[in-house]
Amino acid sequence: MDLTLRIWRQPRHDTPGDFVSYQVTGVPEEASFLEMLDLLNEQLSERGEEPVVFESDCREGICGTCGLMIDGRPHGPWGNTATCQLHMRAYADGDEITIEPWRATGFPVIKDLAVDRSAFDRIIEAGGYISTPTGAAPDANLIPVDKATADRAFEAAACIGCGACVAACPNGAAQLFAGAKVAQLNMLPQGQPERYQRAANVVDTMEAFFGSCTNHGECQAACPKDISIDFIAWLNRDYRKAKLSGRQAG
Amino acid sequence: MTTSSTPPSRPVGNQQPPKIERRGNVLTELYRSALGKKYLMAISGIVLMAYVLIHMIGNWKLFEGEASLNEYAIWLRELGEPLIPEYGAIWATRVILILAFGVHIIAAAQLTRMNQLARGSGRYAERHYAAVDFAGRTMRWTGVIVGLFVVFHLADLTWGVQWVNPQWEYLEVYDNVVASFANPVSAGIYILANAALGLHLYHGAWSLFQSMGWNSPRFNHWRRWFAIGFAVLIAVGNISMPVAVQVGLVG
Repeated sequence: MDLTLRIWRQPRHDTPGDFVSYQVTGVPEEASFLEMLDLLNEQLSERGEEPVVFESDCREGICGTCGLMIDGRPHGPWGNTATCQLHMRAYADGDEITIEPWRATGFPVIKDLAVDRSAFDRIIEAGGYISTPTGAAPDANLIPVDKATADRAFEAAACIGCGACVAACPNGAAQLFAGAKVAQLNMLPQGQPERYQRAANVVDTMEAFFGSCTNHGECQAACPKDISIDFIAWLNRDYRKAKLSGRQAG
Repeated sequence: MTTSSTPPSRPVGNQQPPKIERRGNVLTELYRSALGKKYLMAISGIVLMAYVLIHMIGNWKLFEGEASLNEYAIWLRELGEPLIPEYGAIWATRVILILAFGVHIIAAAQLTRMNQLARGSGRYAERHYAAVDFAGRTMRWTGVIVGLFVVFHLADLTWGVQWVNPQWEYLEVYDNVVASFANPVSAGIYILANAALGLHLYHGAWSLFQSMGWNSPRFNHWRRWFAIGFAVLIAVGNISMPVAVQVGLVG
């Protein structure tokens, strides 16, 4: 199929950008969205034009590197899929597709469709881990976790950190990401010793980069891993307890 | 939250947060965070919800006639006597309401500013919202409408400002209310403002559970129904009074 792409082109993070229209020809419907962009870049290179910068890594929906605002929907029209899992059979010959980078103050554009998501790394550094003594690996199932809790924690742990929640949020807030990263540890026994310190540090770091939640639920709708805003309530509860009970340290 | 006010100068590729400083007592420390402001918005919202409910139920005495409503007004004035002086309960309520309104509005304004900065100047050329409803999107507008309405409502029935309610007389509660609701413009303002309040409550009465972190599989499915029920009760219950006067059931 042949498509018209309206793509955001921005040479540098500190220069203004604009949309440029491109024709891409001969796109097979089995191609993924990213393979379609690869094809476009090949055709641009053959014509001696500058290829479009976009990010990708695993291309199987587990790394969180790819992420584009496609026709006003994060990760495109399919539910619960990352951009790499969106396939061109979602489109028909002659379609026009608008492709934009994530837009939020916490995610400045690096170039074209690539944004700087290092603010997420700062949030993880603030509390997205557990401090464990090193040594031999503990036996499996040494610490019992009931099935319901394990399943719920796993739902939170499915977060791939793609940033669609921030991109979808009318406030540029990262509360779904932060909530998932806190809940996946705070729900489990291993996360308990640093539970409240984690909640306080993650939220205070998050708020240095991102906006605040107005409970609209756009993040949940955009999330390729279908992560629930229940985890935002989890974060809110643990932060409240951390602050009011003085259980946070440092 | 002064940190997000200078976004563009950050080096791209390796953003660093400002050092987290924790100082002051628990409450000032909590208020500096956006989540702390959200807790206060929820708590002040609960206070205002409780008031609006009691206010409405009390004023339904309008349907019982002049004597009932005027006696209720005197009862409120003398509530708690002789333990509390005359007007004591009314003024205590007023102080609480002024505080709750102040906190709710100031926190909302600060959070709005923070969110505008966090969203940044870049706008999507195309954006299809998938989840947010009309009530959620219009919270700031319905909030402003209700805030302005409260000023009108006080001028109309508490202060008796001449050009708002020319027939107003001190302690003639029933006559004042009927005079106001008999005026189609005034009745229209009451009806529209309470419709806006209903929308505000539809989002707010659900949203407060999320903000406070009151989330459990045991009661989550009740939260939406609570918000719908409360919003409809308040909107319909309040709107029924000017409508009753307009159609001639009361007055």
